[in-house]
Amino acid sequence: MSEIKIQIKNLYKIFGKNPESALEQVKDGVNKDELLEKHNHVLGLKDINLDIKEKSIQVVMGLSGSGKSTLIRHINRLIEPTDGSVVVDGEDVLKMNDENLRNFRRTKTAMVFQRFALLPHKTVLENTMFGLHIQNIDEKDANTRARRWIDRVGLSGYEEKYPQHLSGGMQQRVGLARALTNDGEILLMDEAFSALDPLIRKDMQDILLELQDELHKTVVFITHDLDEALKIGDRIAILKDGIMDQEGIPADILLSPKTQYVKDFVEDVNRARVIKAKHIMSKLNGQDRDNAMFVDQDDFIDRFIDKVISDKPNCLIIKNKNNDEIGYLSTKRLSEILKR
Amino acid sequence: MEDFLSEFPELSRETLRFIKKGFDASYRAFSREYGDAIEAVFDPVLYFLVWFEKLLQNSPWPIVLICFLAVIYFGSRKISVTIGSLFAFLLIGIFGMWEDTMSTVSIIGVCTMLSIGIGIPVGVLMAKSERAQRICTPILDVMQTMPSFVYLIPVVMLLGIGKIPGLLAVVIYAIPPIIRLTNLGIREVDREVLEAADAFGANPRQKLFQVQLPLALPTIFAGINQTIMMALAMVVIASMIGVKGLGQPVLKAITNQYFAMGLFNGLAIVALAIIFDRVSQSFGHRIQQHRSGSRE
Repeated sequence: MSEIKIQIKNLYKIFGKNPESALEQVKDGVNKDELLEKHNHVLGLKDINLDIKEKSIQVVMGLSGSGKSTLIRHINRLIEPTDGSVVVDGEDVLKMNDENLRNFRRTKTAMVFQRFALLPHKTVLENTMFGLHIQNIDEKDANTRARRWIDRVGLSGYEEKYPQHLSGGMQQRVGLARALTNDGEILLMDEAFSALDPLIRKDMQDILLELQDELHKTVVFITHDLDEALKIGDRIAILKDGIMDQEGIPADILLSPKTQYVKDFVEDVNRARVIKAKHIMSKLNGQDRDNAMFVDQDDFIDRFIDKVISDKPNCLIIKNKNNDEIGYLSTKRLSEILKR
Repeated sequence: MEDFLSEFPELSRETLRFIKKGFDASYRAFSREYGDAIEAVFDPVLYFLVWFEKLLQNSPWPIVLICFLAVIYFGSRKISVTIGSLFAFLLIGIFGMWEDTMSTVSIIGVCTMLSIGIGIPVGVLMAKSERAQRICTPILDVMQTMPSFVYLIPVVMLLGIGKIPGLLAVVIYAIPPIIRLTNLGIREVDREVLEAADAFGANPRQKLFQVQLPLALPTIFAGINQTIMMALAMVVIASMIGVKGLGQPVLKAITNQYFAMGLFNGLAIVALAIIFDRVSQSFGHRIQQHRSGSRE
């Protein structure tokens, strides 16, 4: 459907004195613990393959130490891999020289950090203009662009304040405005909302989704929080100990976890709030459609479950935005999914 | 055997004398050969120093005083410090130490500028390169712990007695803190902020001037403050090799046991030290106001 924007192929990262020799061990099947114990090297990432689609939000999820932050830093090459390739728009990031890499970082990508990483000696406005200053864009232009995004993330009036005077949530809005002002096609978000209070985190997630509806960036979003991953991810990759356990759309991960680890992870999730009608419909195939109820493809189950209970339809017909009928869902299947 | 244990087996007196003589002779030869050339290098500094000293001494004292107070006020933005300084300078003048004080202020000023001009780049180099840090650290250790009289000797042998050797001695003594604290300040910059600068494609120069130096500035300023204090302390010792200023009367007072004279000039140095310290500290605080949360 859409183009692949970022292609990560056979990516390995090993930390230690002699990663090349350790790499051979890993390829021969030595596991993480053994590598650390016998060879004193830390396995960061092992054979990661991930295609990230243009204009989608790809979530990478894992607990701390799973290598998710290491993985995102390979996309703009803040970390050099031990082996493998990272291709963005058909160009191998790992083959760029310093100059090209800087240009790539300036124009194609922008990053949001867990602990905000704002410059304490600059005001909100100056922080937001940081990326443009680095690109030597003229002051007036930079100022207009920065102000637009400050306004967009809801911080107008705070332009002349210093980051220390703002709350965590507001500081991260500055971080987001700084990244958006840079106007890259790729937005890298490293646990961007993890340091925020739950309510503020929800606000920020909503802002991100709202902006994404309009901007259609390619977003790589790192998180350790499954609810967050399910809420904003178009696709989710789950990392464990540097290995990718499973990758797919949220509903697939919920409904058919591949490993025990993923199964444990998704066990307590409220499916009704995560699964959309389109995820669980089957093809329209002349089924009995007596007493059918019509549902929008993007509605979550909890949007229509009350109506299913009160109206007691025999089946559900799923419609897309143009009001075409595109799928079928039996109430029996619906209750199976909710019972799990 | 008993001899061996009670007396440390040292080199014979002959050999020792030979080594020391040889060392001195070769250094003397070196200074005869290159002394003039090295002195010529410092000529511009000497001209500037002499010009600055004459300017302070020959301008009418009220104008100099007003200029000082203006600098003090704009540096510290504190009325109390400014009024205190006014009284200190008036007392210094009344007790007949105005000229010597002007000499001292001029040499401290030049030494501080030189220390900043050399110290900050060296500190940056140390922060950027592990090898530079490995080389510089022991040198700085020696500079800070070697008794200051000892390195007066080679400086005098090389350049004779006068302003420039005195200046060199003061700079050598006073420069370590600013180098160390520049290095420390840059190394302490938050790793995540640096990573952000990298992620936005900053080149090493942009990183240094837009991120590392501004964030290290408060620490660097602590270094400048230390450097000024150490320069003031060294002025007395440097007066032994002909640096004019408040140090000379102190030296005279020591050799002749003039207690009052020593005390007055000593107090003048203390007054200068306090003024320099208060002004540079409040200036340092002002430039990092954004950290504290409260803004005036």
